Amino acid sequence: MENQKNWMKIAVPVISVILGLLIGAIIMAVSEYDPIKAYGALFQGVFGGSYFLGETVRQMTPLILSGLAVAFAFRTGLFNIGVEGQLLVGWLASVYVGVTVDAPAVIHIPLAILAAGVAGGLWGAVPGFLKARFQVHEVITTIMMNYIALYTTNAIIRAYLLAPGERTEAVAKSASLKSVWLENATDYSTIHYGFIVALIAAAVMWFVLWRTTTGYELRSVGFNQHASQYAGINVSRNIVLSMAISGAFAGIAGSMEGLGTYQYMTINAGFTGVGFDGIAVALLGANSALGVIFGAALFGGLKIGALNMQSIAGVPTEIIGIVIALIIFFVACSYLVHWVVNKVNKGGKI
Amino acid sequence: MEYVIEMRNIRKEFPGIVANDDITLQVKKGEIHALLGENGAGKSTLMNVLFGLYQPEKGEIFVKGKKVENNDPNIANSLGIGMVHQHFMLVDKFTVTENIILGKEPVKGGTVDVKSAAAEVAKLSKQYGLSVNPNARIEDISVGMQQRVEILKTLYRGAEILIFDEPTAVLTPQEIKELIQIMKKLVQEGKSIILITHKLKEIMEVCDRCTVIRRGRSIGTVDVEDTNPDALAAMMVGREVNFKVEKSDSVPKHPVLQMDDVTVVDSRKVSVVDGLSLTVHAGEILGIAGVDGNGQTEMLEVITGLRKATSGKIMLNGKEITNKPPRKVTESGLGHIPEDRHKHGLVLDFSVGENIVLQTYYKKPYSKGGILKFKPIFDKAEKLIEEFDVRTPNVYTPARALSGGNQQKAIIAREVDRSPDFLIAAQPTRGLDVGAIEFIHSKLIQERDNGKAVLLVSFELEEVMNVSDRIAVIYEGKITAIVDPKETTEQELGLLMAGGKKAGVIA
Ligand SMILES: Nc1ncnc2c1ncn2[C@@H]1O[C@H](COP(=O)(O)OP(=O)(O)OP(=O)(O)O)[C@@H](O)[C@H]1O
Ligand SMILES: [Mg+2]
Repeated sequence: MENQKNWMKIAVPVISVILGLLIGAIIMAVSEYDPIKAYGALFQGVFGGSYFLGETVRQMTPLILSGLAVAFAFRTGLFNIGVEGQLLVGWLASVYVGVTVDAPAVIHIPLAILAAGVAGGLWGAVPGFLKARFQVHEVITTIMMNYIALYTTNAIIRAYLLAPGERTEAVAKSASLKSVWLENATDYSTIHYGFIVALIAAAVMWFVLWRTTTGYELRSVGFNQHASQYAGINVSRNIVLSMAISGAFAGIAGSMEGLGTYQYMTINAGFTGVGFDGIAVALLGANSALGVIFGAALFGGLKIGALNMQSIAGVPTEIIGIVIALIIFFVACSYLVHWVVNKVNKGGKI
Repeated sequence: MEYVIEMRNIRKEFPGIVANDDITLQVKKGEIHALLGENGAGKSTLMNVLFGLYQPEKGEIFVKGKKVENNDPNIANSLGIGMVHQHFMLVDKFTVTENIILGKEPVKGGTVDVKSAAAEVAKLSKQYGLSVNPNARIEDISVGMQQRVEILKTLYRGAEILIFDEPTAVLTPQEIKELIQIMKKLVQEGKSIILITHKLKEIMEVCDRCTVIRRGRSIGTVDVEDTNPDALAAMMVGREVNFKVEKSDSVPKHPVLQMDDVTVVDSRKVSVVDGLSLTVHAGEILGIAGVDGNGQTEMLEVITGLRKATSGKIMLNGKEITNKPPRKVTESGLGHIPEDRHKHGLVLDFSVGENIVLQTYYKKPYSKGGILKFKPIFDKAEKLIEEFDVRTPNVYTPARALSGGNQQKAIIAREVDRSPDFLIAAQPTRGLDVGAIEFIHSKLIQERDNGKAVLLVSFELEEVMNVSDRIAVIYEGKITAIVDPKETTEQELGLLMAGGKKAGVIA
């Protein structure tokens, strides 16, 4: 039974992916596209050479971090829907440090990333505080904080950091995560050093949660506030801390865009979507550090592959949007999958 | 002879443990059938198999002579089996009526027909003498009433055979009397009952027959008429059980806990603790006797820092702890076996090992520089489950998977092992089998003999009388009398608990 449980952990996402692709194929066939050709292009777009690998890794990097942010909060009993906003303030903070500070790269890069983490952490701590102090549900406050972040970052860029083209100036070379070496090795993709930061962050999340007394307290509060209080754990402090750590991951996700992919921050007309995708990535990865990396790889891969699918098979990228949505749907309905597996097992036995 | 329920050769395994091993249970129509066994013997598991929550690896179930295939709770329901679980399964925010009809709502024109539902509930509650307030929310009603809601839930679904899993463990003596009346009424109306209880007195009082299981195996079924509590206990534990608590006279020393004129006003502006003064000395067990709801819970919460005192002073080991946070109080020398094990005592999703260090995880050797040290944690847990006979496959099992009594033993192990100067034991033997009760009592007395102060709160008058060196009676938030257990009787205590006065005792 124990084994069956572990097995199910992997089976649910795998079955969900297959189901998602199958139904995606049906939708394509109905819309008179050739699903075989489309998926051929998709897989070529994912595995078809170092360029695509580089692009996928670049796409994955912020997704890993936003997934970690959601997963961390979830493990401690909180729903952080505010990753998007925390990401935006982190992005801005990293770009600000990247533009205004003058320092050698060994100091400049960590400093800019740290600034992003602190900004995101503070942004996340606000809903944490409101929950701990006034019992306001974090889902509502984090959503509101997303809008505040969007309009505030835009206003700050407009007022203080505006460069031609509705954006900030580019960050200094010493703050950039760009890697000519990696770009060359991947056939001139836009890959940058950020993925190393993301992998380190995943290790950090695992370590903090499972190996430290802080993680013990956070998980305890997430499971049972009454027992935690009885055991002398400061429940309010831990709620704020959890949201702050989660927000810090989200803020660092923003710095990946600011110091890596874009090198600047634009005035955003709307949300980036990376924060919301983080919810799906965490769900796919069963809220574990390793799972989040796999979830982000799947997401990143599908998104890059979709571009190829459009250019070669002429299938709109929205189809992949539908496939991704279906996969999330099936993972969320894992109950259904469990049920099917159980029925099959039972039938086999009797 | 045809049985309403017949379970034949049931086997149920969990990872690392065989919970039921070739168990046979036969229940006659119209009888109250007791299921007796040690903590972790497999009683709840067997009933969960009957109710279709677990699939057995082996064995057959017959209901009214017909074999049940592919059992699940819906099938069990339709066969007239209803279960009142050891830990209630109610939706806190829903009203009594909503909880009862949940999953079987009468529908009229596409919406829930609340009116006819309420009428049906009222009818049932009158027929069986199960008084409930249909419009109250579950979170606002007493445990006793919650249990009546659970019973009504099964009756509403047309149950003919009712399973009660330790229904009396969480009830006050008065509520137990009421429940016994209800059960008698139910069998009069033709229902059959399977009753799990650790209280042999209850078996002798209401049951017709009793099946005993030990470590997952059937030991036998006896007619209650032909047996007695000693024989039942021996059958269940496999040895003679000593019901009499052996202890020497206490040698009280310096005061450890001093409460001086403590008042607690709750959110409804009621003084739930009302100018209470109390002293507990090193080397004594002070028992608190009182009817539920007279401020016992609040008194403990205010000592342990879970609730704020409005006025008054509390000293522990000579240091003031009034309104200090729980961690500070604990570090001043407090141990606390809480009344509600699921709410306060355990993080159910943590492993047994993680729960064992719930009070000490931040200290050496369990962590160093903020990093947890798992080897010392799980070594400690291994040692304690051995010493306190906590039956669990291993220390990595989540606390949720332990039987109710073994969860309780794990908490007691954690708190007693720290050997605090002042130990609060609130309903410490709730849900424990007679063998475990004997063991826990001896542990409390051992702590006392080591010069620790023990505060025992229990609804079991017998326990308070047997274990305590002094008894304080609590009534309406005050200590109204202090008596010597050797010079009082249950009747006299009962009178004091009801607010009566006794000449010659000072508060
Ligand atoms: N869901 C589960 N997963 C794993 N093990 C379980 C589970 N439920 C019960 N067990 C194990 O099965 C054994 C029997 O447990 P059960 O709850 O049936 O005992 P019980 O007789 O009801 O005891 P108690 O009097 O303490 O309630 C115990 O060792 C317990 O740890
Ligand atoms: Mg049980």
